[in-house]
Amino acid sequence: MSRITVPKTFKLYIGGKFPRSESGRVYEVVTAKGAFLANAAQASRKDARDAVVAARSALSGWAGATGYNRGQVMYRIAELLEGRRAQFIDEIRSSEGVSASAAEAQVDAAIDVWVWYAGWADKYVQVAGNGNPVSGPYFNISTPEPTGVVAIIAPQQSSLLGFVSVVAPALVSGNTVVVISSQSSPLSAISLSEVLATSDVPGGVVNVLTGSAAEVAPWLASHADVNAIDLAGAGELDWVDLQIAAADTLKRVLPPEDGVSAASVERIIFFTETKTVWHTKGLI
Amino acid sequence: MTFLDYAPAPESTAVLSLRASYGLFINGEFVDGRGDGFTSISPATEKPIAQFSTANDADVDTAVIAARRAYDRTWSKLSGSDRGKYLFRIARLVQERARELAVAETLDNGKPIKETRDVDIPLVAAWFFYYAGWADKLDYAGLGPAPRSLGVAAQVIPWNFPLLMLAWKIAPALAAGNTVVIKPAETTPLTAMIFAEILQQADLPPGVVNIITGAGATGSALVNHGDVNKVAFTGSTGVGRAIAKSTAGTGKKLTLELGGKGANIVFDDAPMDQAIEGIVTGIFFNQGQVCCAGSRLLVQENIHDEVIERLKKRMSTLRVGDPLDKNTDVGAINSRAQLDRITALAGVGVEEGAERWSPECEFPTAGFWFAPTIFTGVATSHRIARDEIFGPVLSVLTFRTPAEAIAKANNTPYGLSAGVWSDKGSRILAVADKLRAGVVWANTFNKFDPASPFGGYKESGYGREGGRHGLAAYLETSGWAAPGRQADRPKTSSKAISKGSQE
Repeated sequence: MSRITVPKTFKLYIGGKFPRSESGRVYEVVTAKGAFLANAAQASRKDARDAVVAARSALSGWAGATGYNRGQVMYRIAELLEGRRAQFIDEIRSSEGVSASAAEAQVDAAIDVWVWYAGWADKYVQVAGNGNPVSGPYFNISTPEPTGVVAIIAPQQSSLLGFVSVVAPALVSGNTVVVISSQSSPLSAISLSEVLATSDVPGGVVNVLTGSAAEVAPWLASHADVNAIDLAGAGELDWVDLQIAAADTLKRVLPPEDGVSAASVERIIFFTETKTVWHTKGLI
Repeated sequence: MTFLDYAPAPESTAVLSLRASYGLFINGEFVDGRGDGFTSISPATEKPIAQFSTANDADVDTAVIAARRAYDRTWSKLSGSDRGKYLFRIARLVQERARELAVAETLDNGKPIKETRDVDIPLVAAWFFYYAGWADKLDYAGLGPAPRSLGVAAQVIPWNFPLLMLAWKIAPALAAGNTVVIKPAETTPLTAMIFAEILQQADLPPGVVNIITGAGATGSALVNHGDVNKVAFTGSTGVGRAIAKSTAGTGKKLTLELGGKGANIVFDDAPMDQAIEGIVTGIFFNQGQVCCAGSRLLVQENIHDEVIERLKKRMSTLRVGDPLDKNTDVGAINSRAQLDRITALAGVGVEEGAERWSPECEFPTAGFWFAPTIFTGVATSHRIARDEIFGPVLSVLTFRTPAEAIAKANNTPYGLSAGVWSDKGSRILAVADKLRAGVVWANTFNKFDPASPFGGYKESGYGREGGRHGLAAYLETSGWAAPGRQADRPKTSSKAISKGSQE
C-alpha cells in the first residue's frame, strides 16, 4: 500500500507571516484536468489593506539597504530556488498541466531571471542616473530612487516565471510589493513565498495574495498608500477602470502585457523616481 | 523723494510691434479660430494687450491633422541633424529677439522684467540650443539603439512661465522627432504667438508646430483627441488627475508636471545671508506662482526668531510694483482669479490662527497685487501648510532634529521640490537622500537648467523635463527591453516556457 501523503495548506503571505484570509474564504485549485489540488486562501479587501500596511512598513529598510546588499539577498533567493527545483516543477506540472520539460524550462528560466535582476541592484543607478553639466557653479546629479509600494497583478499563465518576471524588477531598486498571484495556478507563488520567508528578504518586502484579482485589484488601485501599479496580468480584467482608479492619487501604471514580461532594465527603471540634487559651489 | 529713493526705470515697450489680434497658428499660417475670441490684458494695468482666438473642437482637429501630416510627410523623414538645425535656428532667433520677448512676457504675465530678461527668455534659448544638439544623438540617450519618436504630441502649458514652459515642451518633442500641437494658457498667449512668428522666420516646415489658443475646453479637446500619441501637461494636480483618467486605456504616453508644496529646510548651521536670500528667492520669485516654490519654510527652532527677524528686514526692501520697471522685485499677480485664490487662502491662514505679516507696500491703483506675506506659528494641519497657494505667501514651521525636518517636509501628497540649507556637507547629503522630492536644491533654490531633469514624486506628477531624462518622455522606451545581445538576457518568452505543451 502506498504511503499516505501529507498535503500542504496554502495560505497568504503578508508581513513575513502566513495568515489565512481574514475572511475565512478559500477557493479550489484544480489540475488542468479538473481534479482537486488544494484549497487556496481567497484574499479579501482587508487582506489587501493589511498587505499594503506591511509593505509600507518594510519600505524604509529595504529601500535604505545598499544595492550590494539587496543584490545579495536577491541572489540568495535564486540559490534557494535552485535547491527546490523538483518541488516547483512538480507543482507547475500538476497545476498548469504542462510537460515535464516545459515545467523544467519554466523553473530554470525563473531562477535565471532572479540572478539577472539580482545583478542589477548595484548597477541600475549608474545606468539610469546622470551627472548634469548645468551652466553655472553647481554640482548637479540625478539619481533614481524606488517609487515606494508597488501593487502587482501577476500574469495568469506561467505561474512561477510570470510571477518572478514582475516581482524581481520591482524589488531591485528597493520598492516593496503586494502581488496578486495567478488565480488558477497560485501554488508556485505561495511556495515561492516560503523561499522568501526562509531567505534574507525582510518580512513585508513581498506580500502575496491569492484569490480573485477582479475582486482585490480595485482596492489596491484606489489605495492612497500604493504608489504604483503593474497591470501585467490584468489583461482579462476591466483594467482601464483600474487605471482610472489609480489616477486619483496619480499612481504610476504599467499596462497589461501578453504572456510573460521580457527581462529588461526598463522594468526596473519604470518603478523609480529620478531625484535631481543641486549643490552650489559658490559659498567659499 | 530723497536721494536714496529709486527713480522709476521702466523698460520701453517700443521694442514691441504687436498685432491688434492674433489667430491660431496652424500648418505654418495664422488662421482665425472658430470659437469666441478673447482679450488678454496686462495684469499690472488691466489694459488690453491684444485679441486672441479660441480654438473650438473643429480647430483642434485641424491642428492635429496638420501635425499628423507634417509628421508623416516631413518631420519623421528628416535626419536628426536636419531637425537639430531647425532647433538651433530657433534658439538663435529667440536670442536675437530676446528683449522683445522679455518685454512681451512681462506685459502679458505681470512678472518683473528682470526675471523675464535674465531668467525666462535666456532659458528658452538655452533649452532649444540644448535639445537641438540631441536631435542627431538619440542613440546615446540611454533608451536603446535608434529609439523611435511617438508621433503627434498634445501639450498644454500654464501661465506662470509662458514661453519657458513652451520651450520645455516643444524643444525635446521636436528633437525626438515628434510634431506638436500646443496650447498656451488663456491669460498668457502673447509670447507663444510671437514665437509662431519666429517659427516662420526659422522656416520650420508647416505643421511641425501648431499653436492654438483658448481655455480649458480647448485643452480638453486637444488632450482627448483620438489621433494624438503623447500628452504632456503642466498645471494643477486637479487637471492632471482628470487627464490621467481621460487618457487611461488609450495608449497615449502621458507626462504630468503638477503642483507642489516645497519645503525649504534651514538648519542652524546654515550660511545665514545666503539662506535668507534663498528663502526670498524660493517664495517670492515670480510672485510665488511657481509649482516648485519653497512655500513651506522649515526652520530649526533655535534660530527661528533670528531668521524671521532677518527675513522681515529683507522683505521690507523688496520693491513691489510695475513689472516693467527694472528695479521691481515682485510684480503683479497673473489674474484676478489667482489673486482671489491667494487672498482667500491667506484669509484661511489668519482664521486658523497663524500670524500674518507683510511689509508696507504701495500698489498701483489698477492691476492685481498681493504683498509678500509670511505666516508664523503655522501648524502642519493648517491649510496654508498643506494647500498649494501659488502666490507670494510663505508658511513658517519649526523643527528640532533632522528626522523631524524630514518627516515634516515629506508630510504632503506632493513631491516636487525641496531646499536644504546647512554648511555641513554630510548633513545635506543625508537629508537630500531622504526627501521625497524630484528636485532638491542645497544652499540654493529655484535654479533651472536644460541639462537638469525636473519633475515630481507622488502627486506632483510623473516624467521628467530637461536633460537626457527629458528625452524619454518623447521616445518609445520599448528599446530598453533590448539592450545588448539577446543571448545575454534570460529567456522569459520562448514557446516552451510561456505556452507549455499540454500533457
